[in-house]
Amino acid sequence: MTGWLDALIQGVLLGGLYALFAAGLSLMFGVMRLVNLAHGDLIVLAAFAILVVATKLGLDPFVAVLLAIPILFVIGFALQHVLLNRTLGRDLLPPLLVTFGLSIIIQNGLLQTFSADSQRLRSGAIETASIPLGGGIAVGVVPLLTLLSAIAVIVLLNFIFYRTPIGRAFRATSDDLEVAQLMGVDHRRIFAIAMGLAFAVIAIAALYLGLRANFDPTIGPARLLYAFEAVIIGGLGSFWGTLAGGIVLGLAQTIGARIDPEWQILAGHLAFLAVLVVRPRGLFPRAQD
Amino acid sequence: MDDAEAKPAQTFRIEIAGGASRIAASIAIVIVLILAVLPIFAGRTLIQDFIFLFYMLALAQCWNLLAGYAGLISVGQQAFVGLGGYLLFALTLIGGLDPLLAIPLAGVVSALFALPTALIVFRLRGAYFAIGTWVVAEVYRLVFAQIKPLGGGTGTSLTPSVTSSVPGIEWVKTLLDVRTPAARDIVSYWVALALVVATLAAVYFILRSRRGLALGAIRDQEAAASGLGVDIYRIKLAVYVATAAMTGMIGALIYLQKARISPDAAFSVLDWTAYVLFIVVIGGIGTMEGPVIGAIIFYLMQRYLADFGASYLILLGALGIIVMLFAPKGLWGLVAERYGLTLFPTRRRLVVETDKRIQLNP
Repeated sequence: MTGWLDALIQGVLLGGLYALFAAGLSLMFGVMRLVNLAHGDLIVLAAFAILVVATKLGLDPFVAVLLAIPILFVIGFALQHVLLNRTLGRDLLPPLLVTFGLSIIIQNGLLQTFSADSQRLRSGAIETASIPLGGGIAVGVVPLLTLLSAIAVIVLLNFIFYRTPIGRAFRATSDDLEVAQLMGVDHRRIFAIAMGLAFAVIAIAALYLGLRANFDPTIGPARLLYAFEAVIIGGLGSFWGTLAGGIVLGLAQTIGARIDPEWQILAGHLAFLAVLVVRPRGLFPRAQD
Repeated sequence: MDDAEAKPAQTFRIEIAGGASRIAASIAIVIVLILAVLPIFAGRTLIQDFIFLFYMLALAQCWNLLAGYAGLISVGQQAFVGLGGYLLFALTLIGGLDPLLAIPLAGVVSALFALPTALIVFRLRGAYFAIGTWVVAEVYRLVFAQIKPLGGGTGTSLTPSVTSSVPGIEWVKTLLDVRTPAARDIVSYWVALALVVATLAAVYFILRSRRGLALGAIRDQEAAASGLGVDIYRIKLAVYVATAAMTGMIGALIYLQKARISPDAAFSVLDWTAYVLFIVVIGGIGTMEGPVIGAIIFYLMQRYLADFGASYLILLGALGIIVMLFAPKGLWGLVAERYGLTLFPTRRRLVVETDKRIQLNP
């Protein structure tokens, strides 16, 4: 019984990580209807960026991420402005193919620069610290911080979207691009800012990815699939839905792993397909596709 | 009112084949004949290279039909390559079937798997469909990794008794005076050639049929096609299942040739989807000529640049992005636009003939 309760708690905490992966994807879709096939590789890229900043400057990853966020914001802004804005339009193929190409370029670029070795972000005692809950169940500090960060990111994103002028512009371009342009919104700049913001979220996701487990250049595509599954399970257009989707996916994976360790990933995918069959628009849908 | 006036001033005719395409058809027949007798002259490496070229081209044609015409951009076709491969292994190793019989059977079973798969992934639209198909391919990979009789996660090999039981090997050995491995390659080569010609012919005749007209309409403007009475869902489902069957057969052939299978290789998104995607996009999506050009370019790049490993893949990714941004119709699109060429005539053109006699006297 304790084992199952433990699996549930760990599942919810793992869901926090998946919600962080998914928040960036959800943001990109919400503002510019972009489905980014390089999302997972960008998370891995950001993890390497944090690793480089942390080792070169001798900083703790939690401090290094603060330096990495502005750098990644600029990279995201530039990527959207120079490359991805050109692909957006009625046709679906250009954004998919360009981000798929980016995914291969990032994976192989990282492979050449950092080799295929597994890496990890080191942060001393906090990595292994845990809080005992009694009854033989303990909660790791890093997994707990992951979930709290996911909630903080979602609160912040909701604040930006619904309480600030830039958020108004995000919602306007998302609702009706042409009318927003008529009102004087420079959609290219708005999209670039949204991508910069998504990259900042990616940096936070990357921090916890690197603290919780080993990473190497090839693990990106699997993270993309988890992020995507969380977004679809939660329902498009709602950040809280994305958090719920992440938690459902995390629970499915830990419960699957509890039955047989080899079934962890498969159980997550099957939960996603089951939601698709039963509730094709996700659990908490808001946006129309 | 005389008879001449009652005649229409203009007559219309729908033309499909043009002059260039008739010449192209004759050249194509000659090329196929030359390719068929190639093993008599060519060395073993060239034969193996051609097998690779043939199955990449066949996969590219399938993906092009799916994405370029039916608008179903899938990044999960590796599901059916791997499925076909594993079915071949299961049917021959466990079922004791003749490998050449197992290939079409793998196609039929792939279609049976594709139907329920489609019912789930078709709930996702556009770009979401793309990632959904990828998830399904991962499910297939993880499930096959659990099947212990087929080697589980590490995979398995075909026994020599299976690989040498392919009919025709003995015949080739005596006819061309080669050893068993070379004879195996030659038989695989002919099967691959037959499969690529069959795929090209199938895609060509589908596109020239009534269904093909509907597919072209969907490609050009889905809403308008629907308005004109095309049953979009049904036709997309039919294309998805048909390409799954073809892809499954190609997968079975690929793994008959490789003789060794593992879940990671058989369901590799890079090998069976990324490469195929770049072939189609670089060559020209939504045309039959494009994938042919793309496959030849890809083959040459693979032959001369693959040793560069990661740099080669970076180059391939960059090339795909550049073509998509600056020549979205691909290399064939550039040629076709400039010279108005079609080698595989699948487009219908309206030819208007004006009766000059009547025009003179309006």
